Amino acid sequence: MLDYFTSYLNSNTTPGQAGNYLWALIYILVIFAGISVAVIAMNWLERKVLAHMQVRLGPMRVGPHGLLQPIADALKLLIKEDIMPDQADKVVFWLAPVTVVITAFTVFIVIPFGPTHAVTDMNIGILFMLGVSSLGVLGIIMAGWASNSHYPLLGSLRSSAQMVSYEIAMGLAVLSAVLMTTLNGWGIYGVSQGGVGTLSMIGIVQAQQQQGAWFAFKFFPLGLLALFVFAVAMVAETNRAPFDLPEAESELVAGFHTEYSGFRWSLFFLAEYAAMIAVSSIAVTLWLGGWLRPFSSFHGPHITIPYFWEHPAPMGAVDFAFSLVPALSFFALAAFAFIGTMRMPKHRLFKVQTLGLGGFGVVLAGIGLLLLVPPVRDRIQDIFWFIAKVSLFMYLYIWYRGTFPRYRFDQLMKLGWKVMLPLGLGVLVLTAIVGVIL
Amino acid sequence: MSNPPNTLAPSHQDLSGHDQTFLDTNELVLNMGPQHPSTHGVLRVVLKLDGEKVLGTECIIGYLHRGVEKIAEHRTYAMFNPYVDRMDYVAAVSNGLGYCEAVEKLLNVEAPPRARYVRVILTELNRLASHMLWLGTHALDIGAITPLFYTFRDREEVLKIFEKYCGARLTTHAFRIGGCLYETYEGFEREVKAFVAFVTPKIDEYEELLTTNRIWVERTKGVGVISGKDCIDLGVTGPLLRASGVKWDLRKAQPYAAYSEFDFEIPTRENGDTYDRYMVRVAEMRQSLRIISQAVEAIPEGPIMAKIPKVIKPPVGEIYHSVEAPKGELGYFIVSDGSTQPYRVRVRPPSFVNLQALDKMVRGQMVADVVAVIGTLDIVLGEVDR
Repeated sequence: MLDYFTSYLNSNTTPGQAGNYLWALIYILVIFAGISVAVIAMNWLERKVLAHMQVRLGPMRVGPHGLLQPIADALKLLIKEDIMPDQADKVVFWLAPVTVVITAFTVFIVIPFGPTHAVTDMNIGILFMLGVSSLGVLGIIMAGWASNSHYPLLGSLRSSAQMVSYEIAMGLAVLSAVLMTTLNGWGIYGVSQGGVGTLSMIGIVQAQQQQGAWFAFKFFPLGLLALFVFAVAMVAETNRAPFDLPEAESELVAGFHTEYSGFRWSLFFLAEYAAMIAVSSIAVTLWLGGWLRPFSSFHGPHITIPYFWEHPAPMGAVDFAFSLVPALSFFALAAFAFIGTMRMPKHRLFKVQTLGLGGFGVVLAGIGLLLLVPPVRDRIQDIFWFIAKVSLFMYLYIWYRGTFPRYRFDQLMKLGWKVMLPLGLGVLVLTAIVGVIL
Repeated sequence: MSNPPNTLAPSHQDLSGHDQTFLDTNELVLNMGPQHPSTHGVLRVVLKLDGEKVLGTECIIGYLHRGVEKIAEHRTYAMFNPYVDRMDYVAAVSNGLGYCEAVEKLLNVEAPPRARYVRVILTELNRLASHMLWLGTHALDIGAITPLFYTFRDREEVLKIFEKYCGARLTTHAFRIGGCLYETYEGFEREVKAFVAFVTPKIDEYEELLTTNRIWVERTKGVGVISGKDCIDLGVTGPLLRASGVKWDLRKAQPYAAYSEFDFEIPTRENGDTYDRYMVRVAEMRQSLRIISQAVEAIPEGPIMAKIPKVIKPPVGEIYHSVEAPKGELGYFIVSDGSTQPYRVRVRPPSFVNLQALDKMVRGQMVADVVAVIGTLDIVLGEVDR
């Protein structure tokens, strides 16, 4: 048993490939917990960032700077009465949020947080992701239909039409990235090495590593255009502003989840944010080099650092500098927390909050220190860069929401079919031509 | 899925019929409101839909009816004055101005020049506040949430001035029959000037977010089009009429208060769609600032209240007086029987009349446009129902 447990630690593959179910289960639990925490963090961040864009403060009461607000909300949702409309189709009404959550979380099986940090690596990984994530629309249609009410019905009709149209543009953009794994061209674009074609998520990142270029910058500007098409389609796919028609608050009250409340509603919420993280992960994996750090092909002169910093393998100076970034970013966060602590009002009513914020800063600094320890430092690298890039997309989501009005249904369809689809198709064809001929 | 029972007015019975439509599907009758995030209060709109396309609408109003006009018959002229603030509660000052001037006309007295200037300043400030609230909520209906907070931040400054002047922020009761009750407070001119300087760049800020925003333009251009002739036929007034190319503004057409003494323009646009109405209202905000800065420079000295009897007893007669409220022509028809109470007060509310145009504007458009058009009509249900 212990052998079974430890043998994986020395292997060089994902648990799924190694056939190690125990570690696969551990990974699944860690990812599930991690995504749930990420959703809670995202909830707080969205409210805070959006609030600061809109000249207000956002949550400030529950915990210092409202840090505990998402937890309070989650508790409130959990203890709310479970309401099921009398005329609803009970089984489907129950099944809908479950379907949405399951599909949103299942995609994380193949997302590579690092070369070995994925539950499994399928040879059809990207297909699996697209397939499973598009099943989510089924849950939304079920929710709209089962509620037996007009607003949810209209909302779910909108979402099905929307998701179907944007899936195609999304698929075309993905295809062009997959093409890039195999095409190298004649070197006009400075990319000399081509890889073997692959649909595996890990394989795609490794191809970017081998070719020495993130696919966003390959065949300039084709890679960027494909990323653009995907980035637009993924916002539509996850029903977020400015494509949040299915839950358009000002028109359809709350869209497909009008009749849902309490824990069932929070499942939809959880699934929406999990899906946002999932599609952002696809974008990062396909175009932004997944777990690779920026300038991953530059290593710099070899250096040896004695004592505590000693590294088992030879390490370049650039490698070493970048390996300190995770710890430094946590120190920066800790510094922000400490500044916030100092700016807290000096009043006895704020004592607990001030202590809490200071404690939070200490925890962040502690994590930063932990990340300096060489074994941790080397293992956390890939995950850190992956999460950093995904966070960038999450910030974009919030930014869109603060800036754009909402598209109308027919305009959305027009954009999908008349702009995004030809653009995706054009990029795909041009990528193929550039890759084979140039 | 069963349709709600048929409770519509006889003239709109066609809304509940089951005509065959595209692909032989049944029409959907959607009941929007009175509890709905974007009907601006308790408006109920019954929509007949073919998919997302609107085939017909019916507005059902009266959820906020308080019988303001009937109340007037049992109050003295001065006692009724605060009630008019509760009609269009986001533009209470304009309501008060219309009522006070109507009674003054009936009494055949005139407010002193200083009072008239103060009235113009406060009314134009109120127009700004009303348009800001409209812009924020209208943008929110179309899905842009950020302008709402910007406009409310700036509207707050107007309300602060109101609060300092008369102690109330929303239902101000700022004017009295015969002038104003309060002298301007210490530093009133300075604060109004500071406000003008503060808010001028803010209007550019709103425009930056919306005017050239591609999604905003697509959502508003060609939506809810109404021609100038239709506007006149339906009695639609205010920015809606001016956005359809009719240059009609009571401040110029039949000047009241001190408007004839100021230099300002009437912004008009040609197309009569939601985008043009947005542009007209934004331009009006700039013109209001122009009027305010002129008025505050030239505010005359003198008494602020005319000499009127303690007990207001107008001679027998009737009067119709209308002012250009932020939403359109706000008229008061007052019949006096020579007693201390009006025999009848009839209010011509701009929101109520403008709401008539809703059906004409949304037929054949999408559900999302209904929300945009309700927003662009700039209705206040307190005024529609009274």
